[in-house]
Amino acid sequence: MWLVDSSVGRKVIMSVSGLFLIVFLLLHLSVNCLMYVSPAAFGLGCEFMGTPFVTAMVPVLALGFVIHIVYAFILNARNLKARGHQKYAGGSKTKIDWAAKNMLVLGIIVLGGLAFHMTHFWAEMQLPLFLGTEEYASVPANELFNADGELVAPYYLAKIAFTNVLISFIYIVWIAAVWFHLSHGFWSAFQTLGVNNRVWYTRWRNIGIIIATILCLGFISIPVSFLIGILN
Amino acid sequence: MEKFINVTLRVWRQRGPKEKGQFVDYKMEKVSTDSSFFEMLDALNEKLVSQKQEPIVFDHDCREGICGTCSLYINGRPHGNDTAVTTCQLHMRRFSDGETIIVEPWRSTAFPVIRDLMVDRTAFEKIQQAGGYISVNTGGPRDANEIPISKIDADEAMDSASCIGCGACVAACKNASAMLFVSAKVSQFALLPQGKVEAKQRVKAMVAKMDELGFGNCTNTRACEVECPKSVSISNIARLNRELICAKLSD
Repeated sequence: MWLVDSSVGRKVIMSVSGLFLIVFLLLHLSVNCLMYVSPAAFGLGCEFMGTPFVTAMVPVLALGFVIHIVYAFILNARNLKARGHQKYAGGSKTKIDWAAKNMLVLGIIVLGGLAFHMTHFWAEMQLPLFLGTEEYASVPANELFNADGELVAPYYLAKIAFTNVLISFIYIVWIAAVWFHLSHGFWSAFQTLGVNNRVWYTRWRNIGIIIATILCLGFISIPVSFLIGILN
Repeated sequence: MEKFINVTLRVWRQRGPKEKGQFVDYKMEKVSTDSSFFEMLDALNEKLVSQKQEPIVFDHDCREGICGTCSLYINGRPHGNDTAVTTCQLHMRRFSDGETIIVEPWRSTAFPVIRDLMVDRTAFEKIQQAGGYISVNTGGPRDANEIPISKIDADEAMDSASCIGCGACVAACKNASAMLFVSAKVSQFALLPQGKVEAKQRVKAMVAKMDELGFGNCTNTRACEVECPKSVSISNIARLNRELICAKLSD
């Protein structure tokens, strides 16, 4: 199978899974932004994420993450081998993008954010749907619903996490790593898929930076809003 | 204006492919800034020979930036600290007085060291032999204007064909990927009607050979394009990817 046997094929796997993950991030951000509407609206968004159609996509998404991460390590191991054990004594003075040469490190930082997200939010919201256990187990009973009986537990989870300065700070570092990762990853995906040339290189790059900036400003705005009191 | 500088050369010396190499320092005094890097190395070798020492082995041939033979990694950059030049076009005016210049061979698993600064680049020839050609029957020459080719395609194909196969792309790449070289060799034919006949088979064979020879996977850092003495563009790599994906999908 050329997708796994050929170097170009392996890169196609990286780019397709990467673009898929960007789409997921955009969807996730739209739901997060419902926090600005009201705690109940965010609760509704989270309930939508718990509908059978969306939960059916969870294994696909998980597969996207696993493939992207596993292939990152496979490709890096192969590239290290190709580079050889004898390193340049003079180092490398070629001027290239900082993000381009640090994609693995940036990816590992993002992985930390993913782990936090999985244990603190996903484990409370979607995981119980698969295990058949109680959702929002760590949320006190009086915080589950508001006076109108609407679900506000997801908002409570976000509030607990992001009113903590340390968590918010680390979260911002994670999201910044996502920005750098996407600033290279987005155009790079189109280059790998062959949908690029001299003209489109600049366009894809700029589109990528715009998407990365929208995503990251959006995600960062939430802990910032909790810290300065726009959300409470 | 001509100046004279003193430099220390820290040169990789290695007797043979299997032997252990090490850096050896050589002092060069009163080097003219008007001389080329190779003229300076020639002077050093003259000195070594007169002292009954082994001269430094390095690849060089045309010394006018066309043949793609010279291949030195100088102070952290293939072909040294200059833009769009080969090592033979590098001048001593790019260095300062008292500088220590680190001179290394290309480093990559696919380019093993033969001796000192000379590496074995037959891997590139093997990739070319796998498909970097067109098959034409011999006979009477056809009219040159019989097949119309747009100016845009002709220019692009010529730009791709300017690759001299020196291997600086592999040397510069953190992944030791040969994608810029292979993509230039695929593109110079893929853009022209004469090359379209064997296009699918060519791209598959050349990429397979590239992978087999142990070159790395491209991660689009663009280091190759920055260091290429002929400024071959990474748009060729996009074309190679496109050609390969289309060829594989049509199978």
